[in-house]
Amino acid sequence: MDHLLQSTQLAQLAFPEAVPAVTMAHYLFVSAAMFTMGLIGFLTRRNMIIMFLCTELMFQGAGLALIAFGRHHLAADGQTFVIFVLCVAAAEAAMALALVVLLFRHKETLSAQAWKELNG
Amino acid sequence: MINTTLFTNLLALAPDTHAAASHAPAVTEVGTGPKWILLIIGLPMLTTLLCGLYAMLGNKTKLPAWTTVAGAGIAFIATLAMYMSFDGTPYTVHAFDWIQIHFGDKSMIANFSFYIDTLTIYWMLFVTGLATLIALYASEYMSHDVGTSYCRFFGAFGLFVFSMACLVMGDNLLMLYLGWEGVGLCSYLLIGYFYKKPEAVAAAKKAFIVNRIGDLGLALGVYLTFVHFGTLEYAALFNDPALLGYIDSAKTGGFSAIPTIAQWIPLLFMIGAFGKSAQFPLYVWLPDAMEGPTPVSALIHAATMVTAGVYLIARMYPLFLVSEHALPIVAWVGTITALLSATIAMAQFDIKRIMAYSTVSQLGYMFAGLGLLTTTGAAFHVLTHAFFKALLFLACGAVMHGFAGQLDLRKLSGVAWMKGWGIVGVTMLVGCMNLAGLPYITSGFYSKDMILAEAFITPGYAMIGWILVFTAILTAYYTFRVYFRVFVGPEHAEPGDEHHDDDHGHEGHDHGFHPHPPGWAINIVLITLACASMLAISLAYIDKAEHHGWAGSMMAQSTASFHSPYAEAAHHAHIEHTEMHAVDGPVGHAAPGTVFGMDAHTGMIIVSGLGAIFGVLVAAFFHGPKGWQGLFLGGRTEAAKCRMDAVAKRMGPIPKMAENKWYVDEIYHTILVTPLRIISHIFHWIDKLLVDGIVNIIGLLPRVLAWILKPSQSGVLQGYAVSMAGGMVLLLLVVFVLILQGGAS
Repeated sequence: MDHLLQSTQLAQLAFPEAVPAVTMAHYLFVSAAMFTMGLIGFLTRRNMIIMFLCTELMFQGAGLALIAFGRHHLAADGQTFVIFVLCVAAAEAAMALALVVLLFRHKETLSAQAWKELNG
Repeated sequence: MINTTLFTNLLALAPDTHAAASHAPAVTEVGTGPKWILLIIGLPMLTTLLCGLYAMLGNKTKLPAWTTVAGAGIAFIATLAMYMSFDGTPYTVHAFDWIQIHFGDKSMIANFSFYIDTLTIYWMLFVTGLATLIALYASEYMSHDVGTSYCRFFGAFGLFVFSMACLVMGDNLLMLYLGWEGVGLCSYLLIGYFYKKPEAVAAAKKAFIVNRIGDLGLALGVYLTFVHFGTLEYAALFNDPALLGYIDSAKTGGFSAIPTIAQWIPLLFMIGAFGKSAQFPLYVWLPDAMEGPTPVSALIHAATMVTAGVYLIARMYPLFLVSEHALPIVAWVGTITALLSATIAMAQFDIKRIMAYSTVSQLGYMFAGLGLLTTTGAAFHVLTHAFFKALLFLACGAVMHGFAGQLDLRKLSGVAWMKGWGIVGVTMLVGCMNLAGLPYITSGFYSKDMILAEAFITPGYAMIGWILVFTAILTAYYTFRVYFRVFVGPEHAEPGDEHHDDDHGHEGHDHGFHPHPPGWAINIVLITLACASMLAISLAYIDKAEHHGWAGSMMAQSTASFHSPYAEAAHHAHIEHTEMHAVDGPVGHAAPGTVFGMDAHTGMIIVSGLGAIFGVLVAAFFHGPKGWQGLFLGGRTEAAKCRMDAVAKRMGPIPKMAENKWYVDEIYHTILVTPLRIISHIFHWIDKLLVDGIVNIIGLLPRVLAWILKPSQSGVLQGYAVSMAGGMVLLLLVVFVLILQGGAS
């Protein structure tokens, strides 16, 4: 209980005043929009790099929602979690781009369609 | 009329005045014996292990044979010492604890220990003695197989002697069962000794499977004994107050006072005995068992193992006395077996098979003796039969060995006159005389007489007596049929089809066939056995304390001791003659205890003696050669032609049917084997289709599912993404609906 109280006080210290014009719903709307754009992008595009960028977009949409909820509840958990997600995303980006390079060398194309033979 | 007697226990018929004379085994003290008795068990086992070692070392000499002869010989000497030192009190010798299970207030104790009384000693004397002699015989007989097979033969031989010793000497029913299965195993191994011969393999399997039927009966009998009496140890079992009480009520005919379960035990033991001792309907394996080497036929399938059934009943005699039906059934089954197999033996041409059927027939006599309350007669017949039948088999084996496996009596003639075959001829004659039971000069006559006389002494069993007398005439006929055809007459021999490289180096019949006469080992064994079967006559006379001689006194001190009240009465017939007439049996045509107005023993000596001579004369007339060799009756001048051929032609299909064993094998095949085979096929398909089917369907399920779901793995990345996103949406919807409902309630 104690540390929860402390972190709450810390959060209020950082933002001494609430922003009355921007509510929770705005943040969630932006987050949902980012996620949906990412999803639509992932489903419609064939270029592997674009698809990868779309996944990043979905990541950040989800991260925004987490931070918003964290602020709403005056808890640091959401922000902490997002820091972790960013780390993982960075590592994953390094791997994914390397993979894309390798795949490109095989087929001289970036289209995901080219790898259709990897079916079940 | 027969039916009324068939199911009437002799004890129930016993008049009360005589019941007092019959004494069941009283409570006896059982001491502990010296440890050297264990030599009798241990040495045969040791020889088996040594034979195994020789085989591993690749021994190519006759060493396994000499080891086995030495082992069995020392065991025989130890048995003799056991007989000499026996003072009349049964004792046990403990080797080691074997099975001891305690549950509640009960406990099942079956130790590896041995119970020594006169019955044990009696049996072990001829088992070890004959094992020694036959091992010596086999050392020469099996000499063509020197090497691994020779070791295998003598290994199984030693194991057989060990198992037989466990069977006979064990101090509890579980030891008996161990030995019982052990001898069955050795019998299987030795019948199938020539395992490359399909007939031998089939015969071994047949012997084993038919014996299983009997063994089931024995096993159930052992279970029931434990369930009812709470012990398996002889010492405790035969002194059990409940059992002694049953015997008392059996004496007065009060069988209704005896629990049914106790009356079932001997019936189950009886089935076991029928299997092992080749009685109808389980006798079919024994004639086929002749596929084994001849020493095996002589030791296991004539002299020792097949008498295990007789031993079982003799050992368990107190239990048999309490059943209303067991002993009468034993008597009748023995009688039927004796007659049936004698008729088959008359029409066979293979001399070894004739001896096999005669073994079945003689075992029938022993069972009849047991059923007629003369354990002494049965046991004495076991002893004399062991000698003369081993002798007959070994003599036939010598012929088979010398003539390259020839056993057909139409293809051999005048063997006794060939060079080097004199001893075989003479000893064979001794054996044949004993089997035929020629009066006064043969031991087979005395032992058979004990059983035959008992049938007339006991009221209601004269029918059995007459059937057995008739069988005795048939026995004399078929025995001397072999002798007159094979051993006397013009010299003629066609070799059989077993050609082995012998010392002369000639191959087969191209350069003419030279039979090789038996060597010293075979001759010594034949002479010893011939002497033994003649000397056995004296056993009927020595030890006059009991009126049945040595065998009688040996039985009297054991659990097999039971004196038929009628035997006692007949022994003092002149005193109690009037009283005997007061107890007329249900069968009216023969007054109990008399044959043609004479007392049974005298009457039987005359009737069965004349019967035997008549049988021999008939054989001489139909099969004997011209001149003195055929007793001036015969007219045979060639090996294959005799007067019987014309008679057989006149008899229509009967000789053919008898030669084909009355089609008993075929009948069994049709009514038992074929239905079982059909049932097994049905079960096979049920197993294959239903049981395997269920398992296979379960195994098929994942494959079918995979086949259905395979198209979803399209390889299109977006497709996967859509299904994932769709799935997530669905999941969320479900959660959403659930939350809504939760909120509503």
